[in-house]
Amino acid sequence: MTDRQFLHLASTESRYRMLRLIRGFEQLALGLVKSGVITGGIHPYIGQEAVAVGVCAALRPQDRITSTHRGHGHVLAKGADPGRLLAELCGRVDGLNQGRGGSMHAADLSLGILGANGIVGAGAPIAVGAAWAARQAGEDRVVVSFFGDGALNQGVLLESLNLAAMWQLPVLFVCENNGYATTLPAATAVAGSGTGRAAAFGIPAVEVDGMDTEAVREATELAVRRAREGGGPAFLECRTYRFEGHHTMERRMKLRYRSAEEIEHWRTRDPLERAGAALTDGRRTAIDTAVDAELAEAERFALASDHPDPAGACDHLYADGLRPRAGAVA
Amino acid sequence: MSKLSYTKALNRALGDALAEDPAVFVLGEDIGAGLAGPTLGLLERFGPGRVVDTPLSEQAFTGMAVGAALAGRRPVIEFQIPALLFLVFEQLVNQAHKFSLMTGGQTGVPLTCLVPGSGSRDGWAGQHSDHPYSLFAHAGVKTVVPATPTDAYGLLLSAVRDPDPVVVFAPAAVLGVRENVTWELAPVPLGSARVHRAGTDVTVVAVGHLVHDALAVAEELAGEISVEVLDPRTLHPFDWAALAASLERTGRLVVIDDSNRSCGIGAEILATAAEEMRLIAPPRRITRPDGAVLPFARDLDRALQPGREQLRHTVRSVVKNPWR
Ligand SMILES: Cc1ncc(C[n+]2csc(CCOP(=O)(O)OP(=O)(O)O)c2C)c(N)n1
Repeated sequence: MTDRQFLHLASTESRYRMLRLIRGFEQLALGLVKSGVITGGIHPYIGQEAVAVGVCAALRPQDRITSTHRGHGHVLAKGADPGRLLAELCGRVDGLNQGRGGSMHAADLSLGILGANGIVGAGAPIAVGAAWAARQAGEDRVVVSFFGDGALNQGVLLESLNLAAMWQLPVLFVCENNGYATTLPAATAVAGSGTGRAAAFGIPAVEVDGMDTEAVREATELAVRRAREGGGPAFLECRTYRFEGHHTMERRMKLRYRSAEEIEHWRTRDPLERAGAALTDGRRTAIDTAVDAELAEAERFALASDHPDPAGACDHLYADGLRPRAGAVA
Repeated sequence: MSKLSYTKALNRALGDALAEDPAVFVLGEDIGAGLAGPTLGLLERFGPGRVVDTPLSEQAFTGMAVGAALAGRRPVIEFQIPALLFLVFEQLVNQAHKFSLMTGGQTGVPLTCLVPGSGSRDGWAGQHSDHPYSLFAHAGVKTVVPATPTDAYGLLLSAVRDPDPVVVFAPAAVLGVRENVTWELAPVPLGSARVHRAGTDVTVVAVGHLVHDALAVAEELAGEISVEVLDPRTLHPFDWAALAASLERTGRLVVIDDSNRSCGIGAEILATAAEEMRLIAPPRRITRPDGAVLPFARDLDRALQPGREQLRHTVRSVVKNPWR
């Protein structure tokens, strides 16, 4: 792999393209949840795209990430194929994980994507371990751990900050503070601040406008450069917002924890509009058209992919091929 | 011929594993100083890049080991206390074990956990005396409980070489056991049981340190009842073929298992034997009580653990009065 592959995020135009791809992907996926093609629902990333795109634009192909339950944006921005990600969400054999992982576990190890993760905070120590291994191997890879404001209250995250700082590991902790952990406002859950917590471990921590792709990219580039030069971990708190519900179930449950005014206010700061405004109308339309075609192809690919054979439901349970005994159905 | 202690066998296995594969590294609390024994001298031999002293952050260093495994390393974590496994169920069961399936086979997590001093340690009371191997077998994590020094060496080496997560429980009660070693130490395949003593009347399946109790009881009863002692060595995957073969010979089954009764490995062995194997008498098990917490006072601690007295009685009753 060469850095050339990451040309997909090397220019402002390509970053707009990725923002648009993630946005379109999520809209497509929302439709497939509604029509029942995707079971279980998804955690939409709409509104937060600037974080994934800004951070991944500062990475190289060999760098790694750990992601969250809201992971589609990170996975796409790190270079995963939209068709294979969508197929995974649909539980098809051509999915990134052969339909075994779904939305919350989407992974592509070949691209350094160590998995979205269904457990809040769980990716942080995994990122620390991958960074430790890279450092031991003398590689200059960095590892990014994405997590939400909810994860700031997971003990394992704080333990991980300590390990990363004590061992001066090339880990970048990226907190996507979208203001809420499900319905719980961060303001009522996080004592002090995220950056304050990181600073207490001696980790340089900055707050960034998480609706501004370029601001996120610039802050990440500084942190990544330091980490590659042996300067140790850094912490970015990206202030962002999700325009949709926590999960696609939310609409049905009619949860009310955010005002319409609040949502409208954040919508005026849409990262896609901001990045799009920097382009000429012609370029923007051309990119939008190309992305729509790519997504149509992704959908065609995903829906054409077979459903997995139930006889293989326990395939890959063990890396050595061990087959478990049958359960209820002997 | 030389005498090998169980702890020294673990130490030799770790040394050999570190020497044969540069991807292997050991991590845990106070392992540089070799506090628990198995890592003694390894820091001097392999350096701090391969023998990593960690802060008291079980969740972070276990998750860190998962991440290192995903990045191509083969971590071995030593846990000071068996109950610490409760803290890291998330990292071991929810992450390490599930990664292979959830990623559609993109990766395994070759991680080994070594728990020297599992089970009662006389006077360590409620939070230091658990023997949680049944929990891991239930979750599907490869689970190993060696009973002898040569098996401890061979199973630990196989665990480290295995591409999946493996938890190795070294019972406190056998750490001091010594064995004459006359042959080369060799790896022992996971999932292979060992018949320690052949017999024709009853099969006693004994787990971990209880193998030694079972052998003692078999010897005592020798003139009266012919007891076969089977040590599964690996609880998951379990060597069901070896159990079936043994029951073909004896037709009677007693399991002695130092975990809690309800949903313990003893229950699984009985159920499988009842469903699938040849039995001429109802099978019995000797375990800790349901949901037991070991009390501090020595006599209370002992009262809750399976022991020779119960085994002797149960073996006799299964052979002589099977329906009572
Ligand atoms: C450890 C843990 N606790 C609870 C949950 C259930 N849960 C899933 S997502 C979520 C909210 C997470 O909020 P945050 O970390 O801020 O991320 P966001 O959803 O805002 O992206 C909760 C409570 C979980 N998956 N893991």
